[in-house]
Amino acid sequence: MLIRLFSLIFLVLSFAAPSFAQNDPKPLIDALAKADFGEAEKLIGQLAATGDARVVPALNAFSEGDLYFRKSDNLVFIGKAAGSGYELIDPVTGVSVGQAAKNAVTKIKINNSLRRVIRSAMGGLTLMSPDRGVRLQAADAVLRSPSAENLELLETAIAKETDREVKARMEEARAVSLLSSDRSIDEKRAAIQTIKNYGGRNAIGILMGASAALDPSLKGDVDAAIASIESGQRLWDMAQNVWYGLSLGSVLLLAAIGLAITFGVMGIINMAHGEMVMLGAYSTFVVQQVIRENAPGLFDWSLAIALPVAFLVTGAVGLVIERGVIRFLYGRPLETLLATWGVSLILQQTIRSIFGPTNQEVGNPSWMSGSFPVGGMTITWNRLWIIAFSLSIFVALLVVMKKSSFGLNMRAVTQNRRMASSMGIRTPWVDAFTFALGSGIAGIAGVALSQIDNVSPNLGQSYIIDSFMVVVFGGVGNLWGTLVGALSLGVLNKFLEPSVGAVLGKILVLVLIILFIQKRPRGLFALKGRAVDA
Amino acid sequence: MISGFVFRALEGRIVAAVGILLAIGILVPALNLLTPADSALHIPTYVMSLFGKYLCYALLALALDLVWGYCGILSLGHGAFFALGGYAMGMYLMRQIGSRGVYGNPVLPDFMVFLNWKELPWFWHGFDWFVFAMLMVLVVPGLLAFVFGWFAFRSRVNGVYLSIITQAMTYALLLAFFRNDMGFGGNNGLTDFKDILGFSVQADGTRAVLFFMSALMLSLCLILASAIVRSKFGKVLVGVRDAESRVRFLGFRVENIKLFTFVVSAMMAGIAGALFVPQVGIINPGEFAPANSIEVVVWTAVGGRGTLIGPIIGAILVNGGKSFFTGAFPEIWLFALGGLFIAVTLFLPKGIVGTVQHGLKARQALKAAADAEKGRGDAAAVTQAQAAE
Repeated sequence: MLIRLFSLIFLVLSFAAPSFAQNDPKPLIDALAKADFGEAEKLIGQLAATGDARVVPALNAFSEGDLYFRKSDNLVFIGKAAGSGYELIDPVTGVSVGQAAKNAVTKIKINNSLRRVIRSAMGGLTLMSPDRGVRLQAADAVLRSPSAENLELLETAIAKETDREVKARMEEARAVSLLSSDRSIDEKRAAIQTIKNYGGRNAIGILMGASAALDPSLKGDVDAAIASIESGQRLWDMAQNVWYGLSLGSVLLLAAIGLAITFGVMGIINMAHGEMVMLGAYSTFVVQQVIRENAPGLFDWSLAIALPVAFLVTGAVGLVIERGVIRFLYGRPLETLLATWGVSLILQQTIRSIFGPTNQEVGNPSWMSGSFPVGGMTITWNRLWIIAFSLSIFVALLVVMKKSSFGLNMRAVTQNRRMASSMGIRTPWVDAFTFALGSGIAGIAGVALSQIDNVSPNLGQSYIIDSFMVVVFGGVGNLWGTLVGALSLGVLNKFLEPSVGAVLGKILVLVLIILFIQKRPRGLFALKGRAVDA
Repeated sequence: MISGFVFRALEGRIVAAVGILLAIGILVPALNLLTPADSALHIPTYVMSLFGKYLCYALLALALDLVWGYCGILSLGHGAFFALGGYAMGMYLMRQIGSRGVYGNPVLPDFMVFLNWKELPWFWHGFDWFVFAMLMVLVVPGLLAFVFGWFAFRSRVNGVYLSIITQAMTYALLLAFFRNDMGFGGNNGLTDFKDILGFSVQADGTRAVLFFMSALMLSLCLILASAIVRSKFGKVLVGVRDAESRVRFLGFRVENIKLFTFVVSAMMAGIAGALFVPQVGIINPGEFAPANSIEVVVWTAVGGRGTLIGPIIGAILVNGGKSFFTGAFPEIWLFALGGLFIAVTLFLPKGIVGTVQHGLKARQALKAAADAEKGRGDAAAVTQAQAAE
């Protein structure tokens, strides 16, 4: 079974490199049937020299003692015990050619010295495979289980290698293998340097493992290398923390940025803000459902489609809330708090009645899943996209506020309502659309948050307090404050987490914000003004 | 002077309210204990405990009204003081379980045995003593309010900002009490109570006494609150609410006035929590949830802020409605509550009591104006008659 799998894998690999199919290795393999040990060794060398991955299953079977030749025609097959006889498999194509009785075939003999030859030939075949991926994998395999026997092979492979990344990996594998060989101390010292430059957690383990067997004169080098790797690792850990912090910060920014408009600019304590985020997430869910049923091919575009949908849906809901409730409550901020809390309860219950109280499954498009390494840290695509997304929303909002005439009206109304009104601005409509804009942006945030959080009717509740903290911390009425507030709270949170734990970290951040508000009651970036009762 | 302070509190409305409360406080337990179970007048124990719970909520709403209605501090963290008072009482009740817990440890409560704690944490000492526990019911919320208010009022954090940081405070406490390491039973809180002062908490008699105590404490706090708001201090308090800066410029120490009221209010909330826990039989971190504190604000708003009696009515009405709706139409409850919030803020900004009072005053004013009109008319007629003579 295992061999079949193995042969299958290599079969696939050999299809990946069809240009090497011209030199048929079959005659060489068939020659093994009548060869003695010495001749077999030469044949193995010749097989390896073809550089053809298709010979690997045969060689593998040979070293396992599974290679047979048929007495009738002296052709060589991979044999697998089946019933009373053997199932014969073509060694090159991997295709079964039928059953054979036990006495119809003879096993090709193998000894340990041949096995060693085969192993190095196999390493050579993979390390010198024309397929870049196979070479990389082979180098990785050596890295994981280094042995001095592979050393010469690696060196030949390195000499032939042209791809930079593969070559670097091979150099590392060589350095690691070299430590357990009997090469000179100077060479080992150079190898330690190579491993040190390679860095990473594995390198520390390799060096520690190897240090016991090494010449005592190298101990200093090993210790220095480990220390240097560790300090590098600390830097990477720090970078990873900053990254996590920025990622959390961008989530906070997304959640808070709509509130920065409704609360920060308009002064409405919008407790229904979280529900706008939730509505955005549910819009994504509905869009994905429609796409799944009608046009599955468009699934990767579902988020792009959901963005305008979420913006319009939540913007419209926001407009209705403003026209229906909030406009009667301007100038009474504490009462808008109550009314919008009521709105939030109604929205939650509506969603719960329609979709049920359980989590809905929102899928990740392919371009948002997976991750890639950067030095010593891993970066996941969805976090990267969310950071990019929240920053672009921020910039877009900033442009709307500072450059568009709507933004100008908006700022005029918030700064001096009566003056703006007498200049001909229709302040009630500016209020309504500002609120709709803030709600719509919360909806867009919901699209992004649906990718990393559970989409349930309670989604909004978990963000509302954090959002208020961000806006208050950053300074009301200032978008830049919101940006700085969100990112710094995110990073602070992630730096506290490793030492005190997630929950205590969050509590500490809350306490710090409470203390900070005492020091600067108007937040990080306060609007300057002379009003006593602002 | 003290008698003057109290007598001034006993304005007609307050006397009536206290009278009704005390009558309920005596009548309901009496009907529960003295009538046979099949009598039409019998009040089952669970109903009595339910109403006892409402009375505790009413006390909490009264406490909030003192700071919000009269001092303009909208605290979104009053649930925290309530829960702290509840925890203090819960700790006493836990210690009373003694060796009757599941693990039979004479000193450690069950959850500590479960978490492999070896000895009682320092802050649990003394809670086996009722007087100390009752002291803590006042001191812990009061101290938190003092420290929090000290910082907040001195740096002139007010309005929306204050509301939001009080919310942050109760949220932080919520997270903290959820942690098992805190030593307050984590997620599950404190429950499985057996005795209070040697009487079983399940017994009808104990429940009756607890109900009476709730009504009594509510009455006493109502008198105290009324005394405060009707004193000279209370006038300054209203001044702080309406024009804080002006009061400050007149030479009053606004931060001290606010701090005093905030601490008194927090202690009242603590008492409410302490009475709540034995009647409900559990206290868990859920009581710290910011949503709970916001609900308290709604009770107060529905009843009428700044009326003292309004919040009591509001708390009882809203919670009665909640019990009814969640039993009869659980789907609708949040719609009803949400709708209530919106309706009250839009159409009843003064609340039920405030609107009724306003209506009465308007009618009186109308009547007075009409009387005056009539009087003037009469006078005019007299003058005319005199002129004719």
